[in-house]
Parts: sequence; C-alpha cells; structure tokens
Amino acid sequence: MTKAGSPPTDTIKPPLWVNAEITYKCPLHCVFCYNPLNYASTFEKELSTEEWLKALREARELGAVQLGISGGEPLMRDDAEVIVAEASKMGYYVNLLTSGIGLTEKRIAAFKAGGLDQIQLSFQDSTKEMNDFLSSTRTFDLKLKVARLIKQYDYPMVLNVVLHRLNIDHIEQILEMAEEMQADHVELANSQYYAWALKNREHLMPSREQLEHAEAVCNQFRARLGNKMKLYFVVPDYYQDRPKACMNGWGTVFLNIAPDGLALPCHEARMLPGLEFPNLRDHDVRSIWYESEAFNAYRGDGWMKEPCRSCDEKDKDFGGCRCQAFMLTGDARNADPVCSKSPHHSVVTDQVTLAQQPRVADDEVRPLIIFRDDGNSRRLS
Amino acid sequence: MSLAKDTPLRFARQYKLQWEKAQDAWVLLYPEGLIKLTGSAGEILQRVDGQRTATDIISSLQAAFPGADLQQDVTDFLEHAHDKGWITTD
Repeated sequence: MTKAGSPPTDTIKPPLWVNAEITYKCPLHCVFCYNPLNYASTFEKELSTEEWLKALREARELGAVQLGISGGEPLMRDDAEVIVAEASKMGYYVNLLTSGIGLTEKRIAAFKAGGLDQIQLSFQDSTKEMNDFLSSTRTFDLKLKVARLIKQYDYPMVLNVVLHRLNIDHIEQILEMAEEMQADHVELANSQYYAWALKNREHLMPSREQLEHAEAVCNQFRARLGNKMKLYFVVPDYYQDRPKACMNGWGTVFLNIAPDGLALPCHEARMLPGLEFPNLRDHDVRSIWYESEAFNAYRGDGWMKEPCRSCDEKDKDFGGCRCQAFMLTGDARNADPVCSKSPHHSVVTDQVTLAQQPRVADDEVRPLIIFRDDGNSRRLS
Repeated sequence: MSLAKDTPLRFARQYKLQWEKAQDAWVLLYPEGLIKLTGSAGEILQRVDGQRTATDIISSLQAAFPGADLQQDVTDFLEHAHDKGWITTD
C-alpha cells in the first residue's frame, strides 16, 4: 500500500466506531437495501470467526469502542454469539442490528450472557409480493414475538423502520404497531438512495405531500406519548439544500468491515472507482486506518474542489457524501449535489420534481421494482 | 430537577463507564455514542456504583482530595448527570 498525501499520521484520530457486516446473506429481499449490488460475490469469501476476532482486537487496540454487528442478517452466521461475546470482553459497546428473523430465545439468552449491550430491530417489506407488510401476518407475529423477547431480556425496544413512497402512507399503522410492541425508540428514516435503493429510486422517493403527512402523524404520536416512545423522523436528503456530514468526515471515526474482509470508510465506498480498498486478510487495522491510500483519499479538505474548497461550511458537512457525489455527478471529489451550491444540484431537484407525480398503483409498480436477491445480485455484478 | 442526596446512585440502563487508554480518559458509553469525560467528571462518576449516595460520593472525594472545597461542584455535576439521564436513583 502506498502512503498518500494529506494529513500526516500524527494528526489522524483513531477510529471509534466499527461496523462489522459479518455476512451479506439475508432471508429478506428489501428493495431499499444499501448492501452492494454484487453482495452475492462475498458469499464464498466471508471472514472466519478467528479473522473477525483478530480484526476487532486490532481496532480495539487503536481505540475503537463502539461496535455494530450487522449484515445482511447477522443471525445468518451461527458464530454471531461468539463474536458478540468476545467483542464485549475486549471492551466494545456492542449493538446488534437485526431483522429479528432467527432471533430465538436460546440465541438472545446467549447474547445477553455474552454482554450484548443493545439490539436494534428493523422492519421492512419482507415479502416479494409488494403487499403492505402490515398485512403479512407471519412477519407481524414473528416481530411481536421477537419484540417480547427483547423486552423480556431487559433490552430497550429500538425499532428502525425504513420509510419510502410505498409504505410511508401507513405511518399511522406502523406507529400503532410500535406502540403495541412497547417500543422505547423508533427511528423512521426514509431510505437513502444507494445501491438497491438507487436502482429503485423513483419508486421509493415520497412526495412532499406524503412527507408532510407522515411528519404530522409523527407529531401527533409525540404529543400523546412524549418520552414514553421517542420518535426520530428523517426526511430523504434530496429534500434538503445542504448535504449530510457523511460519516462525520471520511476516515475520522468510522470503520466498516465487509463480510469478505474489505475495510471501508463507509458502507457504500466499495463502489468508488480508482481506490483500492485494503483487506483485513492482508493488512492489520493500524496500517489500513493510518497508512492506506483509500483511507487517506478524502481525509481533511485537500481533495476538495469548488464550491467546497472556499465554502465557509466545509468544516460542518465535509462536502457531504463522496459516494453520492460520485453516483450523481461522476466525480467523488465534487460537492455532494444535495447542496444548493453544487453546479449539479439540478440532478437532485429533478428527482424531487419527479416524485411529486401522482402515485402509481402498487400492482403497476411491482413489476418495475428490483428486489435484493441473490439472482439479481449475480446479474448486476 | 434536584437530586436526592441520600439515595444510592447508579448508571441508567444502556450507560457504561469505561477507562479508555487510547483517549487517556474515562468515557461514558451509550448506544452508538460516547461522552469523553474531563478528569473531575471521571473521578465523580467512578464512584457511582449502585450503593453510594451523593453524600457518600462527596465524602469519598473529599478524602481523596483533601483541602479542596468540592461540595457544590460535585452536587452540580451529579444533578447535571441526572438531568441528562446518565445516572438514576431508581
């Protein structure tokens, strides 16, 4: 690996947060999934238990202390309990991000005994038949059962619901369900348009009217439930005029490890051209974090072009998201076009305009959607 | 909110205090976040153990740092930590 320019090693802060995507295998086929389109190519190359523990130990030695165990569906690996327990012993604060599918009482008891600190349960459209997932009795019963287990094992009930054009109008039913599950925290985040969600963007982006309705319903629940159930509502960044401070800056806090051992500064960076991301099988975390060309590529602001370079907000949002800049403008060094100062801003506002068109009936949308499944992944690789 | 002085204090569920060598500091961990504590905040929160009350914590600190008048600062900090939801008397 080559040592690349900008900030010298001694000004780089250590990673604090590791996200371990232990597998991209998943029983669900969510149309908004942010896993890479070619995720199926990692199936034969997944890190072993020992390789995971070695990487986590190295990151912990550098100072990483928050750990997300995610996927795919992390419960598809039968060593999830071992990884959680060992990571907890290393001193990580461990958070499991799961759809709940596969979370039996035996497994949750093992996680609890192993020191797991938090569980985040996600909801999604789990059937290929784009039916309203709330009418899918099997899933609903399963989620309720898992929710009860989570409470029984004295974890707070943290629900993540990804909203989009096809489910956002069910916000009231979603929140009623959350209330019935005695959720303590509910994150209602609109899908972000990466990977599978980018493929399906025009079918997933809600209209302004839909967003306003959903936010109004959220506010009613907030007024009624107060702190009993905390709600976080996140609109799609396309509706903003300043970009998100993606990852709090490239290579500043966050280290994502993909199932095949690729070390990435965010979940999506694998798509960026011209960067050779280092693999945990070949390099230790210290050299990856401090010395690899990929992790240094967008550190600091030396890489910025105008309008970011001279912008007085560049220390606030770091020019937004490199992946979004690349996907929408063709150059990762450009400003994230969500920014109204970007000369490419119209690529975002044009999509927003498109989203104001009347909704097409679900059965007309269904054949147009690209589901995240292994067949599609191989075709799109 | 004023904090009862004679009730044992403990960390709220989901909050964990830990010494972090890399940061040379005590940190308070919670889901997807952490708070790096100053030296004095670390000294105070180390003494939160589910048994000691605010009064006990103040006397323990006075014994460890004789001559310093700590009472008001420690009380203020514990109230702050309680208001933030880091510690609880429940």
